[in-house]
Amino acid sequence: MASTETSGAKDAAPLEDEPRQADDAAAVERHKRHDLSGLEAGLDALDAVVVKRAPIGQVLVKKVLPPISAVLLVLVVWQLAVWAKVADQTKLPSPSAVGQELADRWNAGDLLSIIWTSVSHGLLGFVAALVIGTPLGLVVARVPFIRAAIGPILSGLQSLPSVAWVPAAVIWLGLNNSTMYAVILLGAVPSIANGLVAGIDQVPPLYLRAGRTIGATGLRGAWFILLPAALPGYVAGLKQGWAFSWRSLMAAELIASSPDLGVGLGRYLENMREGSDMAGVFLGILLILFVGIAIDLIIFSPLERWVLRSRGLTARSQ
Amino acid sequence: MADTLTSAAAQSAESAAHAARLDHVSKAFGRPGGRQLVLDDITLDVRPGEFVCLLGASGCGKSTLLNLVAGLDEPTAGSITTPGGRPALMFQEHALFPWLTAGKNIELTLRMRGMPREQRRPEAERLLSLVRLGGAYGKRVHELSGGMRQRVALARALAQDSQLLLMDEPFAALDAITRDVLHDELTRIWSETQLSVLFVTHNVREAVRLAQRVVLLSSRPGRINREWAVDIPQPRRIEDAAVADLSVEITEELRGEIRRHGQH
Repeated sequence: MASTETSGAKDAAPLEDEPRQADDAAAVERHKRHDLSGLEAGLDALDAVVVKRAPIGQVLVKKVLPPISAVLLVLVVWQLAVWAKVADQTKLPSPSAVGQELADRWNAGDLLSIIWTSVSHGLLGFVAALVIGTPLGLVVARVPFIRAAIGPILSGLQSLPSVAWVPAAVIWLGLNNSTMYAVILLGAVPSIANGLVAGIDQVPPLYLRAGRTIGATGLRGAWFILLPAALPGYVAGLKQGWAFSWRSLMAAELIASSPDLGVGLGRYLENMREGSDMAGVFLGILLILFVGIAIDLIIFSPLERWVLRSRGLTARSQ
Repeated sequence: MADTLTSAAAQSAESAAHAARLDHVSKAFGRPGGRQLVLDDITLDVRPGEFVCLLGASGCGKSTLLNLVAGLDEPTAGSITTPGGRPALMFQEHALFPWLTAGKNIELTLRMRGMPREQRRPEAERLLSLVRLGGAYGKRVHELSGGMRQRVALARALAQDSQLLLMDEPFAALDAITRDVLHDELTRIWSETQLSVLFVTHNVREAVRLAQRVVLLSSRPGRINREWAVDIPQPRRIEDAAVADLSVEITEELRGEIRRHGQH
């Protein structure tokens, strides 16, 4: 099929340059005999990379079963420890007591509002961190002077627990939501900015060269080439930024107490400690863990998987 | 700069007797004092529709020369004019963007060229069928074989609609059979599109298989050493006796050039 196309195109173009014309009949004949286009189709068929997605049953067995088993195991060990009276009831409540506390909260109607207070603060703070951290990362990555000036500080801030800012934030901003957001920002902005810087640093120079040859320079180059190429590192930074946001917020809620702040998970946990309600404390810890994991599973992990899979960067797609 | 502009204007007046003109081009890297001359006084014309292979051993500055012609770098001395506008450039690595499908890679080039949105998809499909990858529009880069990736890269280069295509050892990383097939494809597309091609390689047979003119560069610094007109009719095969004979002659010359570097 392809071979007739080739010779057809040549016959139909008598006005072409002399040297190009295969007017030598023997050469044309020889070409037909040795034509490689059938070979090409064969090569394509042999070399094509087949990307398979795992069947749903396999996903259940490989991805869902192991974590469920682990959770069950923890519950069993916990219950055994309670039965063996490893510690006093007031220090080690049974899983059922914690479950009862959860049911009580649900019935009292404040469970969801406690979770929502924290989640809304956390997500809003994270979005603000995103809006600040992204241009910051871009500038640090691309402007050598700024990179030399604040790059090390930005990396250093990541190792400073943002709880350390709480006392200062309380004095500067007072006991209100601004303090919460300030602490979240100080925790998450460096992660997001550093993630973007790392992502940009790892962009192969070849992509930038290829971008320049097609005319993608300046802002167009940043938007169409640099940012998409840096996306894997950026998403990793977002993931870490969320973890830092959530941690900072919980720490801030534990420390700062005021009616203006509302009762979030951290505040709830601290209230339970003050009332020496160990089942409540356990429930608070578990809810904080659960919400952190849930946000990661619902938002960041799928995002990361999509970015990596669409580029063939996951082990399974090879 | 002003020099380049005036000569460009003069060229367009005589309706571009060449697709690229390198006029006494030199390129040195490093600071004054510790300068290393990479290209020395290169003068070369590529005629419209001509297929020229630049051949040389390592260190002859082939890739530097292509970067200069592509406008990615400035010559230290001399001038380069490409009357057909910004040349298209194809690399040894496919350099396709992995976050885009094969079709979208081509469409990005069309978009940068300013083509309206509704024309991009049909044009991308046309270019993909030109490289015989009609069904590959929605394929991700990692789903394509090495040869297919280079064909998409060729289609992307063609999407620039430039009169001059620069190729920097584009088939060097491919296996011999795939390379043969791509030689055929390139020859066919070149004769269908009337493109001028400046093709850099260190593979003598490849140069003789493809080019109308083979230019041998010396190494360190790169200078034009000798030229051969290849008047074997296309389509050629890499195993043709005539291709082999000329390759032997050119290889001898290239070996002599490399030996010279071991003597002092």
